[in-house]
Amino acid sequence: MEVILKNLTKKFPSRDKKKHEDVIAVNDFDFVIPDGKLIGLLGPSGCGKSTTLNLISGLQKPTSGQIFFGDDDVTNLPPENRGIGLVFQNYALYPHLTVRQNITFPLENLKGKDKLTKEQMNEKALEVAKMVQIDELMDRKPGELSGGQQQRVAIARALVKMPRVLLLDEPLSNLDARLRLQTREEIRRIQKETKITTIFVTHDQEEAMSISDMIVVMKEGVVHQIGKPQEVYDKPINLFVAKFLGTPPISVFEGKVRENKLYIGDDAVLDIAGVPNKDVYVGIRPEGFDLKEDGPLCCALRGVEVMGRDSSVIASHSACLNEVIRAIIDTDTAVDAEGDQVRFALAPHKVHLFDKETEARIDFESR
Amino acid sequence: MIKKIFSNSGLKGWLYLLPAILFLGVFMVYPLIDVFIYSFEEGYNSASQTYFGVGTYNYSYVLRDPYFLQAVKNTFILVIITVPLSTGIALLISVGLSSIKPLRNLFQTIYFLPYVTNTLAVGLVFMILFKKTAYSDGLVNLLINWFGGSSVDFIDGPYWAKMFVLCFYTIWVVMPFKILILTSALSSVNQIYYNAAKVDGTSKFRIFRRITLPMISPMIFYLVITGFIGAFKAYSDAVALFGTDLNAAEMNTIVGYVYDMLYGDSGGYPSYASAAAIILFAIVLTITCINLLISKKNVHY
Repeated sequence: MEVILKNLTKKFPSRDKKKHEDVIAVNDFDFVIPDGKLIGLLGPSGCGKSTTLNLISGLQKPTSGQIFFGDDDVTNLPPENRGIGLVFQNYALYPHLTVRQNITFPLENLKGKDKLTKEQMNEKALEVAKMVQIDELMDRKPGELSGGQQQRVAIARALVKMPRVLLLDEPLSNLDARLRLQTREEIRRIQKETKITTIFVTHDQEEAMSISDMIVVMKEGVVHQIGKPQEVYDKPINLFVAKFLGTPPISVFEGKVRENKLYIGDDAVLDIAGVPNKDVYVGIRPEGFDLKEDGPLCCALRGVEVMGRDSSVIASHSACLNEVIRAIIDTDTAVDAEGDQVRFALAPHKVHLFDKETEARIDFESR
Repeated sequence: MIKKIFSNSGLKGWLYLLPAILFLGVFMVYPLIDVFIYSFEEGYNSASQTYFGVGTYNYSYVLRDPYFLQAVKNTFILVIITVPLSTGIALLISVGLSSIKPLRNLFQTIYFLPYVTNTLAVGLVFMILFKKTAYSDGLVNLLINWFGGSSVDFIDGPYWAKMFVLCFYTIWVVMPFKILILTSALSSVNQIYYNAAKVDGTSKFRIFRRITLPMISPMIFYLVITGFIGAFKAYSDAVALFGTDLNAAEMNTIVGYVYDMLYGDSGGYPSYASAAAIILFAIVLTITCINLLISKKNVHY
């Protein structure tokens, strides 16, 4: 089911009695979510992503704008008539009901011609339980399950009515690191199997990038960039998006362009073309640094962290706006951890220039 | 060495428990045992500390005493009517209170007022409302007359009328505490369950029956248990309405009977009083055990 958001805006009245300005949680959100895709809504806390989800689910009403599921205008429909499945951040499983009762709960609400017999309900519940692999836990109470199992029950309960749209609110935030990896693949698999349009909210960029077909990066209620994860990572639209995506984070330097050369501090680090002379922010991805003895960027060495697969060189530079620079290099490359400084050459496609005023990305050609 | 004995045998723990054990022992356990012993000592005289013999005569006397049987009957009627009714009505009011926004605090205060009001004062007000005197039929009778009924003397009249007033009064008195407990139980149910149920299109009645009720069931159970115990021990309510000569008014309760046996006009029989108290204890224990058995199935912690 295609989900269309048209100029969606949500304002909350200000709590502060002196200020009468409304708090704008979602500002003019315009987006067509293609059918059968997995979409990640991504942003720092308080950016309006959960509000957006609540608007789509119908738990909150938009101040203005419209929501369509396919051709149906659902803007003023209550949640139960929208045909959605919602998985809550802390699962909201009914603690006094067994897993089976939890999953059949939505089915018991069906009325009239949709009404199911007890056998049909149990059959359907078992079907989704098998899909999320909890069919052996059907008679347990939620309190007797691990976090990951509870999560699956919550997904099963959301899926049992075969919703048109599946919404997940921070689905992985209550799980430990290992379970998180496993569960996010699980969500991906379930989504592919059911082909239900799925929207999930997260503040973890890695999570969003790894399983989404498309990600939406939001900040303060405004959508900054929408695109395929790799596209957004490679071509961030502005400094915020660049900083928000990627671990370790991008290193940002004060820099300038003079006569087709890019300077960081006094070092000319790249030959570029297509940018007029001006001051810029230079963002360099951690994998964009190459250790080179005669490299143009000279940084003070702070230390080396060995991670096994690769190591990260921690350095600092007077023009760098981050506290430290983290560069990821192969473990094959020898680093003199005792030395005072390291020199890097830069990979041009991992270097982004941003306008100092607007913070928008500036395209450039490397030579 | 001393230190070792202290920590190994858990002596330290007992030391900490000592003050509480002393107080409970002297003021609770010892009197309980004493009452139990008195109940078997025939013709015990508290002044001379003498008795004739040991046996179950006290019990057979009490169980044959028509006043006691009347008190048991009254107490059971009171319990069976007031506990379910007061809990049910309190639940209705609490649900109402938690679903309104404006003036909620005001209403909560109003509903809580009876709790902080003196029982005897309230009894007096009830008496004025219900009593029929030579000069006036009372406010309630005025209302009954207005609807076309004839006056009833609720305080000195027929048994059912007096029982009605007693139940009415008891419910009114115990309600505020129940409302207080239930409103806080209701507000402690996480909103997220209601949201989840709403997304699934659950009707309001079903949300209440399948989610709210089970979620607050421990609190309801607590209220039922304490309600039963409280109602079985009712005494002051009857005194407030009908005065101290409850046997004459046919409105005595078991605790009232115990009191009369000790200090009333017909009093001075600690043995009978003890036997009646032990019978009450057995009744309350049985009912509480039944309650616990039922709750195992229906209460969700």
